[in-house]
Amino acid sequence: MNIAEIRAQFPILSEKVHGKPLVFLDSAASAQKPDVVIDAMAQMMRSQYANIHRGLHWMSERATEAYEVSRNRVASFLGGAREEIVFTRNSTEAINLVAYSYGSLLKPGQAVLISEMEHHANLVPWQMLRDRAGIELRVAPITDDGDLDLDAYGRLLSDGRVALVAITHMSNVLGTITPAERLVTMAHDAGAKILLDGSQAVVHRKIDVQKLGVDFYVFTGHKLYGPTGIGVLWARRELLEAMPPFMGGGDMISHVTFERSTWAPIPAKFEAGTPAIVEAIGLGTAIDWVENIGYEAIGAHEAALTAHALRVLPEVPGFSVVGKPKERGGVISFTMEDVHPHDIATLLDRNGIAVRAGHHCAEPLMHRLGLTATARASFGIYTTEEEIDTLAETLRRIRQFFV
Amino acid sequence: MDGSSCYDALILSRSRKPEFSGSVEEETATVQGNNPVCGDRVTLSLRATDGTIHAVRHQTRGCAICMASADLMAEAVTGSSITDALELGRRFADMLETPSSQNMIADEDVLPVGLQAFRPLRTHRSRLRCATLPWTALGEALTQ
Ligand SMILES: Cc1ncc(COP(=O)(O)O)c(C=O)c1O
Repeated sequence: MNIAEIRAQFPILSEKVHGKPLVFLDSAASAQKPDVVIDAMAQMMRSQYANIHRGLHWMSERATEAYEVSRNRVASFLGGAREEIVFTRNSTEAINLVAYSYGSLLKPGQAVLISEMEHHANLVPWQMLRDRAGIELRVAPITDDGDLDLDAYGRLLSDGRVALVAITHMSNVLGTITPAERLVTMAHDAGAKILLDGSQAVVHRKIDVQKLGVDFYVFTGHKLYGPTGIGVLWARRELLEAMPPFMGGGDMISHVTFERSTWAPIPAKFEAGTPAIVEAIGLGTAIDWVENIGYEAIGAHEAALTAHALRVLPEVPGFSVVGKPKERGGVISFTMEDVHPHDIATLLDRNGIAVRAGHHCAEPLMHRLGLTATARASFGIYTTEEEIDTLAETLRRIRQFFV
Repeated sequence: MDGSSCYDALILSRSRKPEFSGSVEEETATVQGNNPVCGDRVTLSLRATDGTIHAVRHQTRGCAICMASADLMAEAVTGSSITDALELGRRFADMLETPSSQNMIADEDVLPVGLQAFRPLRTHRSRLRCATLPWTALGEALTQ
């Protein structure tokens, strides 16, 4: 993998911020887009754009075909069938879809089990379901190192009342990669279905839903070098077939009279209204691009970067890494003694370095860790060791400035 | 260091060593200001009678700007009338939020030096709220 060649494909990486070269260490919030993705979307709008599934004309047929080809791409990417791929706006909408639709099949007395390290996207929809449907919401604790506490997870499943487990496949705060196969087996043994939030995981490793054995898998396009406005829900065919529609409107029906409507077959049943056509094309292109580089190369690059970061950053006076999970992806949350994360982020920004600071949409996790905020550096395909050295060096100066 | 212009020496020193932290005796009002976006929290404790603020103290959990702003606010409004304090809060917000070209009155004429230290924040829009949070809380405490 040639980093210089890869970086050359991301026009934004040659931008300057406050007169400094951009050092973009916020890919976990949203990744930058390579030329091929930008071009594919522009090309679509320039030469073959029309609404899909509706027109009998040539342009519409071509647009429909391109949209459905993207669905095929996502299906083979995840190892599912094309009918099992529902396009959504993002992970948040995919999880809400499951919470509304699958959630409506749950009965009081049943429970949904999440973990302490969920993004708000995989927490709030379940709270809303709890309040709507009178089910119980259980929270599996994490250890102080930032791993899921598997014993506690097992205990929470043991009474057989958990209908659905919804857990992150990789934490956006701690970088923890959760032991998905174990979680799936334990959930199934307890009679529960399981949803994995792959928003972060899908960027860093090859996902095979069959091998994982999960029931629902969600991810969001913009973190995977694709555009915003497009996300994916994969679910087992029989689940999607049993689930009621989420939203009503055009495209999701088979037959409509004023008295009643019947639903289109899956996946159209869950795609009401004109979807994000151009964005779906962008996502398909991003997936091609990622698979072309290959997860092996991506994984090796990110592991090397993370190891480098965990070596050089802790040498900065006052620096501490938040969490020490057994297995982690390219996300490092940190604090620095005597300097608040927001002040760190502001001064890094003024030196061209983009990191995130705050609670990272995981307030309950922050609370569990006894923190109110952290700063977070996250790495992508285009990140270099030199950028991490620049981060370390700048952090050193920030600390000197404040102390 | 580069880009540190929004951290005036006064802001730095007050964030390190606040002079008005804690709570007041014979407190007449207390209020908590939260910034849900970043988790900053300012708890104000004050004694105000007969339309005058006699004492203000704060307990702040937050960034340097928020901490210093709470402290310099406490200093600025101690001894002033409630009306003047509220007016000062408006002027402070104006200084930060109004583009300089539209600012008819020079800040120097109306704001204590301590508050002018925050002026460079104008170009750090994402951090404005850190400076205004204590003032929002004060407004609430004085009007509740
Ligand atoms: C673990 C995790 N889940 C869910 C989300 C939500 O993604 P989106 O905002 O694209 O729906 C994110 C990212 O913000 C995330 O990191």
